[in-house]
Amino acid sequence: MSDSVPSSPVTVRSEPATAGDFSPDWRTARLRQVIPLLAALAGVVVGLLAGAILIFLSGADPAAAYLAMFQGAFGSQRALTETLLKTAPLLLMGLGLTVAFRAQVWNIGGEGQYLMGALVGAGIGLSLQAIAPPALVIPLMLMGGLVGGALWAAVAAFLKLRFQINEIISTLMLNYIAEYWLLYLVRVPLKDPDSFLPQSIQLVRSVRLPTLGDTRIHIGFLIALGLAPLVYLLLWKTPLGFRIRAIGASQTVARYAGMNVSRGIVFALLFSGALAGLTGIMEVSALHTRLKAGILGGYGFSGILVALLGRLHPAGVLMASLFFAALTIGAQTMHSLYGLPMALAQVIQGLVVLFVLAADALTRRWIGTR
Amino acid sequence: MADWSSLLTLAFLTTLLISGIRLAIPIFLAALGEIITERGGVLNLGLEGIMLVGALAGFMTAYAVEQSATPWLVGLAPWLGLAAGLLAGALMGLIMAVFAVSLQTDQVVTGIMLVILGQGITTYVYRQQFGSLTARVTTMPSMPIPGFAELPLVGPIFFNLDPVTYGSLFLLLASLFFLYQTTWGLNIRAVGEHPGAAETSGVNVAVVRYAAVLLGAALTGLGGAVLTVAQLGIFNEGITAGRGWIAVALVIFARWRPERAFAGAFLFGIATALQFRIQALNLGAIPYELLLMLPYVLTLLVLLRGDSRSTAPAALGKAYVKE
Repeated sequence: MSDSVPSSPVTVRSEPATAGDFSPDWRTARLRQVIPLLAALAGVVVGLLAGAILIFLSGADPAAAYLAMFQGAFGSQRALTETLLKTAPLLLMGLGLTVAFRAQVWNIGGEGQYLMGALVGAGIGLSLQAIAPPALVIPLMLMGGLVGGALWAAVAAFLKLRFQINEIISTLMLNYIAEYWLLYLVRVPLKDPDSFLPQSIQLVRSVRLPTLGDTRIHIGFLIALGLAPLVYLLLWKTPLGFRIRAIGASQTVARYAGMNVSRGIVFALLFSGALAGLTGIMEVSALHTRLKAGILGGYGFSGILVALLGRLHPAGVLMASLFFAALTIGAQTMHSLYGLPMALAQVIQGLVVLFVLAADALTRRWIGTR
Repeated sequence: MADWSSLLTLAFLTTLLISGIRLAIPIFLAALGEIITERGGVLNLGLEGIMLVGALAGFMTAYAVEQSATPWLVGLAPWLGLAAGLLAGALMGLIMAVFAVSLQTDQVVTGIMLVILGQGITTYVYRQQFGSLTARVTTMPSMPIPGFAELPLVGPIFFNLDPVTYGSLFLLLASLFFLYQTTWGLNIRAVGEHPGAAETSGVNVAVVRYAAVLLGAALTGLGGAVLTVAQLGIFNEGITAGRGWIAVALVIFARWRPERAFAGAFLFGIATALQFRIQALNLGAIPYELLLMLPYVLTLLVLLRGDSRSTAPAALGKAYVKE
């Protein structure tokens, strides 16, 4: 992103993604606000069109396939429940990465942090469920998720600050290490002795996340929803958030302005790691109910897409996570009706964000010439 | 029962070195491609996705040729597969170049996007084409060099490799010549160090960067195809297992020099081979999951040497805006 040094530290208050000179013309200023939104919409439309071409090439009718997808995601109460259940983890991951990416800290190790959060949280749950009341165990499990994810991200933070190892590489390597660590734990020390499968014993019903009324929506969904405005406040209403955005706009300027850049980077990594870990324990507690190889949900990467499509803004991330959840859940219906592989959702998601990137670049250039 | 002494026999060391070289090749090709790209000033983090696409394109081509059972064509199946991997890699490189060079998007974000897209597309296409069927292609046999392959020790290690390994060693020499002895190589290094000065002296920065990205991605795609077509004979989701990212790390480790990238890849090859051997020998009580972590831990360890920013191409990752 822009490495050009703004004339004064104050200019970093502008949006880093569209940082540029201020124009006195308020219409241009207005345009700057509306255009990123339009660019995102254009990206979504073109991405869906590209997906339609792929569906057509696979020998299915794109209109029918998309209709099945829509009905699969929103067509019934059950469908809607599934979509909302899928929204929660995407939203949580996306919110954490929003903070990291705002600081230009490229944490792509969400997968590993998710696993470590799941391990610590479930470890607490499994060891306390027989001896402590659920009202104590559940909060402890969620805390364990936060801490486990943050600690795994802390390894990358340490490697970055102490040895200048780029966090992109370290967080990714830590993904594989966490994955094999989980596989070992569920195969040997944590294995349920009564099962032939490599998996831990089950979390008892009382320590799983409570659900709302008689729906399957659990409080994790509410936690994710509640965190969205908090992340907004953090980023735009606190000195820490200002520092994070300043570091993201230009580390050099932030340093000259007397900010502790290292501390900002550590916070950004640990915060995104903590939310990834919380996502992990949430999914294990509410969905998988035990530790096993299958708890990986690919949220490390889909969280990145959600954060980027949401333009690193909590409101955008909320919309993006709902959209991606609908694509993922809808793809299951499309799969069962037309036999199209469910990975189609993943492809469309990637294409959408890629086209948003392109639309962004084109509009930035277009505004620049005005 | 554990018998560590079996690790020290000559036969063991020989097989270790042979499989070490083989396992090094896909990572080396990807790292070599990335060195050329980064020397041109473009940071392409999409290697993992490009390798996956190259791996699938190569595999599907080789499979289709084998299934066609055209007598004169079948023998060429692996070669056509490698060519397809090369082309598919270049195509992914074209996406990267359009975004990074023409649209001047953030190169880090674009590279990560390429990985996600590569993972999604290969998973989709493989499932759509093969379903749950496990398809296989014939891998490349080794090609003993007459007169040398029979030599003790060095014969099996250096003169009984498969053609792809010989080809990669040739590519190492060719890339050294290309980067340091040709005008094209000079231009690539110039636009990576100081694009403004290069432009002033008449070099078209955009064209050279397109070339560097496409060439680099083609080699990366080839690395993926080598994995599936020449070595494993199968494809599955995420078959590259982080090799693309390890290659990105190797470029830093190698300080942007091809010969050091080869040495680094060889180190990884040996470590991976050792890990397989220890698993096979079932030595002691080391859980195999911990052995499988080895390449990733090693990647972090080789980067511990500290800051390498001083040797990185000066304009790496920065879009060039014409004055």
